[in-house]
Amino acid sequence: MDRLTSNLLDEAIGFDDPTKPSPLIGRLLLVEDCVETSGAFVLHHLLKRALSSRHASNAVIFIAFSQSFVHYDRVLRKLGCNLAAQRDSGRFVFFDMLTLGCSDRSGKETDEGVLVGLYCKIQRAVNALIQENKRHVTIVIDDIPLLEVAANGSINHVLDFLHYCHTLTSEIGFSIIALNHEDVYMDIERPLILQMEYLADVLIKVGPLATGIAKDVHGQLTVLNKPVEGLQDKLRNRVHNFHFYIKENGTEFFYSGSRA
Amino acid sequence: MAATKPRTSSFSRNFSSAHSSKTPGLKHGPNGTTFISSGIPDLDKILCGGFPLGSLVLVMEDAEAPHHMLLLRNFMSQGLVHNQPLLYASPSRDPRGFLGTLPSPGTSKDDKSRDNSTEQEKGLRIAWQYKKYFGDDQESANIDSKYEFCNDFDLRRPFDRHFFSGKHVECVSILDSSSLSTLHDRCATFLSQVPRNDGNISSAGRIAIQSLSAPQCDHSNMEWEMLSFLRSLKSMLRSSNAVAVVTFPPSLLLPSISKRWQHMADTLLSVRAIPDEDKELAKLLTGYQDMVGLLNVHKVAQINTQVPKIPEATTFSIKLQKRRYLVLECLNQAPIDGSSGSSYGSTGNCSGSSKTGSLEF
Repeated sequence: MDRLTSNLLDEAIGFDDPTKPSPLIGRLLLVEDCVETSGAFVLHHLLKRALSSRHASNAVIFIAFSQSFVHYDRVLRKLGCNLAAQRDSGRFVFFDMLTLGCSDRSGKETDEGVLVGLYCKIQRAVNALIQENKRHVTIVIDDIPLLEVAANGSINHVLDFLHYCHTLTSEIGFSIIALNHEDVYMDIERPLILQMEYLADVLIKVGPLATGIAKDVHGQLTVLNKPVEGLQDKLRNRVHNFHFYIKENGTEFFYSGSRA
Repeated sequence: MAATKPRTSSFSRNFSSAHSSKTPGLKHGPNGTTFISSGIPDLDKILCGGFPLGSLVLVMEDAEAPHHMLLLRNFMSQGLVHNQPLLYASPSRDPRGFLGTLPSPGTSKDDKSRDNSTEQEKGLRIAWQYKKYFGDDQESANIDSKYEFCNDFDLRRPFDRHFFSGKHVECVSILDSSSLSTLHDRCATFLSQVPRNDGNISSAGRIAIQSLSAPQCDHSNMEWEMLSFLRSLKSMLRSSNAVAVVTFPPSLLLPSISKRWQHMADTLLSVRAIPDEDKELAKLLTGYQDMVGLLNVHKVAQINTQVPKIPEATTFSIKLQKRRYLVLECLNQAPIDGSSGSSYGSTGNCSGSSKTGSLEF
């Protein structure tokens, strides 16, 4: 049974047509959330989607800053995807930056060195995956603000890093999924999020309901899908707006007020 | 569905009866987590069990009131009662002096129907002596299990000095250290005593850090240093059986930095004092006279799960029952300037008329 039935989010991103290749190839998807509502479930959803695809050429490189492997393993297992098995089979590469990045905190690496080292590791992983004939690799970056903390607050280094990743991936048709916190960038640090939003091809904003906390609706989601060049029909219906309800085994998406 | 409201599911009873065979002070929760108590029975209920081991709890202080100390004191006292190792860091010169103000467990249990505590104490003593002769063991079992996980603390009765002698308590002053590396190293050595191995958990550590980023400390202007300290603290906690409660004054940080702190937290709370003679608020809320402050729940830890825990309310009043015991209660009417609603444009409608405040969204 194909469990990848598409929902509103998949349709908004463009996953709805299974005959076409993934709409994220060569593109950057940015998820933005805030303190009140975490956007991590979007990452879980897309991660599951990337890994449970039947194409053997799919692979994921996960750069985790905010949670450990144990957490993701447990969450994804409930979604029906065994990360440990995927990791052993070489389709899933996990960089635990939460513990790893901190252990060499006292070491000799400079702020820039951390990101340069990380980029080298990504590049090595990418090259290894290409040799294994993985043609579509998704790089997931969990929490860009924590990437800044790892770089000791130098926005320029973070931007350089993201540009490098973007170039690396757009050259060979990989995709990047990144999680960012919108409310962190309010005044002086605007440039980073603006540049990120400019780079992004698909922008997903997660936020709480404007009417307050509810038990049966966990928040709302705005998907902005920038048109692919040359496809005029994609110009319409670019912004999708809907609500979501998160469960252990998946997320329900529905239009405001349309939930049974 | 059941996972979103574990309090009403039939599993909660099993947990409370099962943990009696385990180490006191630990309770198994859903998704392979283990809870320790916050020291306030009501807060444990609000957070669906307590603080999960390995989590970072941030408390946003009211810069002008010491309400965060109430949470810290109860958190630390609960650890002492359970014989759990404790690390306390504060910007004061003599952090050990703070231990003298920790409340000791009260003799009366959280039972609102009884109002005379001395009478109840007598009754309890009899119940203890003749417990085996009484058929009514249901209540005593209830009290016993309560005693194990979470106590009521009598804020007017401090712990005796000799009580600390056998306990594992470390105190650090962060006032004079020019960087956070000393505190980081202390936390690292402290947490190495309670490592996480997937088998049984023998003990849980508690770290209480008061007013990190307080302006009198040298490190208070090193924003990124503090953030990376928090990040490495979180990563160390994840690999050990401990909980860290860190309080900080958000108004003294840049707004964007404060948001970064809030994103780091697994559980995020804030406390606020209420103005003394606010007639409008007094009219709006029932039981205004007994309140000492307000507690907001912004985030409840989501460890090993993607489902957010939605508390029944986000704002609770902090009250002192019989001037001794800390209790948290839902507000009967929402305050006008509820901070959870302040970021939305729609609050204008609610605050326009006080009648709509009672509507449940």
